[in-house]
Amino acid sequence: MLDNLNLLVLAPFLNVQLLVDGLFIGAIFALASFGLALVWGVMNVKNLCQGEYVIMGGYFAWYMGAQGIHPMLAMPVAAVGMFAFGWVIYKMIISRVVEKDMFTSLLATFGLAIVIQQGLNLAFGPEVQVAESGYSTHTIPMLGGSITVAEIRFYSFLICCAFAAAIIGFMKMSRMGQAIRATAQDVRAAKVMGIDTEQVFAFTYALNAAVCGVAGVLISMIWVIQPFYGITHSIRSFVVVTAAGFGNFPGVIMAAFGLGVAEQFGGFIFGAEMQQVTVVGALLLVLIWRQVQMARYRQAVQ
Amino acid sequence: MRHFTKWSLAAVATAAMMGTSSLAYAACEDLTLGSAISFTGKYSTNGIHAKNGYDLAAKKINEMGGVKVGDKCYNFKIKYYDDESTPARTAQLLERLIKQDGVKYFLGPYSSATTKAAAPIMEKYKIPMVEAEGASRSLFNKGYKYLFAVLSTSEQYLASSVALAAEIAKKNGKKPGDVKVAMAFENDPFSLDVRAGVLDDVKKHGLKVVIDDKLPRDLSDMSATLTKVKALKPDLLLISGHSKGAATAGRQIKELKIDTPMIALTHCEAAKVTVKYGDSANGLLCPTQWAETLSYKGAAFGSAADYDKLFKASFDGYKNVPYQSAQASAAVLVWADAIKRAQSLDTEKIRDALSKTDLKTFYGSIKFSAAGNNIAKPMVLRQIQDGKYNVVAPSEWASHKIDFPRKAQ
Repeated sequence: MLDNLNLLVLAPFLNVQLLVDGLFIGAIFALASFGLALVWGVMNVKNLCQGEYVIMGGYFAWYMGAQGIHPMLAMPVAAVGMFAFGWVIYKMIISRVVEKDMFTSLLATFGLAIVIQQGLNLAFGPEVQVAESGYSTHTIPMLGGSITVAEIRFYSFLICCAFAAAIIGFMKMSRMGQAIRATAQDVRAAKVMGIDTEQVFAFTYALNAAVCGVAGVLISMIWVIQPFYGITHSIRSFVVVTAAGFGNFPGVIMAAFGLGVAEQFGGFIFGAEMQQVTVVGALLLVLIWRQVQMARYRQAVQ
Repeated sequence: MRHFTKWSLAAVATAAMMGTSSLAYAACEDLTLGSAISFTGKYSTNGIHAKNGYDLAAKKINEMGGVKVGDKCYNFKIKYYDDESTPARTAQLLERLIKQDGVKYFLGPYSSATTKAAAPIMEKYKIPMVEAEGASRSLFNKGYKYLFAVLSTSEQYLASSVALAAEIAKKNGKKPGDVKVAMAFENDPFSLDVRAGVLDDVKKHGLKVVIDDKLPRDLSDMSATLTKVKALKPDLLLISGHSKGAATAGRQIKELKIDTPMIALTHCEAAKVTVKYGDSANGLLCPTQWAETLSYKGAAFGSAADYDKLFKASFDGYKNVPYQSAQASAAVLVWADAIKRAQSLDTEKIRDALSKTDLKTFYGSIKFSAAGNNIAKPMVLRQIQDGKYNVVAPSEWASHKIDFPRKAQ
């Protein structure tokens, strides 16, 4: 561990490499976390099958790649397909648990996650799959060494930024965005004002699935996908949203970048096995910090 | 179509039986081999490869007149249950095969984990099992008497690449102590075995380990480890993490332009790295239990190449014959050979015959140590050259010369 730290000091370009990799991957985490922040904030549903939606999106890219179509083109297909899937799931399952207490929605989405995993396993088999973008990698000399930047990572970074901007714009400007924000503030008041909250919930949930699908397409071109890999993505989204707070889009972006970078450095310093531990460890620290921070606002309820 | 052939075969067989009742094939009694193997769950792909191997060999033995014991002859029939890739289920199903179905001769499940669950059951009922798909060395240090394995154990998987690196270093006038080795192994029983074997060989040849990273179970990113590799410039990079390890490594070695002169990893074929990454997979070294280009030969199937041809003709959808199938077939051959030598159906006598096995097959020589693992067959190392897997080590079976150093693609 110490020699790894030492290495970072001796070869500063490594820091840049890890930082760049972390930011690029963090952008994708941000996308999936956005969706979770929406669903959590608007409907108070903690969607445990977030990661499964990501993996499903990845299978769109993989499948189209296997048919000889460029996986990038899978992005609109995955977005539309997952939107429809999310809508159906909302109408079938989520609409029934959205009013219930937290554990019902947790259990329902957890069950859903298992069903999706097994469904993917039956449909595509348990093999690890990738979608190949075919883009090249560039070497940039820097600080006495050189860093490599894969074009695909750079493009997905741009795509994520564009998506984030589009979502924020949508929430601010459009009628639907307004309705979503109103519903998030107070469901009953929104209803009184004539907002069809059922419609808003369904749209929010479907939008979340679509955003996850897009993230999945990118993940399958950068990392690898497998029917059972959803859970790590779920955990990441939860860490990001818990750290940022769910009404806070800029916070989600910052937290996701931070998480991406922390993972890379954690993996480098403590070994790849500890990469995920870094994430969970970070969450723990954030929670403790929050606890301390909130302590002064806390009062006994009579 | 398949139904049609099945029916027409049956019709021909019935006609033949009616015509000439002297057909030895039909006169044999059935001898049931049992196996709980994975048809569903995470091991399903390889479980089915293994089943195909078992079936093909049983069919071949039966076609050759079955197994003769005294003046009787027996045809192999295999009874399968699906263990859903879970060890607990394997154990349950084996008990059921033994107690309810009365099976007394067993073929192994797929994977070390399920085999580990199977071994104690076999010991408990004193019933022999010939397994072909559990490579963990922990299976062979518990003193099991009824477990025999035809494959090489996992600590041999990457050991040959260490020897090869030392050999090349010597040829290039480098001291072994200057050869730097980077290792990234998954933290699971299989890969830790592989690692143990590598460490033994690293010590033997006096090389220097500069990176020793453990990979997580749900690995999808190892760029941090590979960044370290870039910084420390090792001469040999070893990776083991099942197919996800190979798939992740294959992608990120390319993305990070890793230019280590020698890179060896397990499960290249299972991860289909040549299909996924094309040219950038060239130069990778991959260990394998068996390859169809090897010059092994045996009585039942002929040469390795003959087996390859027969297998592809018998089952649809195989471009390459997986070694999992080949070793499964070899396990059935071991059964036939042992029963023939024992000249008895008594499980104790057959167990003793099994322990004295000395068989040459298309899959390689088979001879069991007292612990039950096969000590007569080495692991071979293949290199991906122009998208093809060519055997480069050990030198007595090498069909091609190793490309060294590997170039970053």
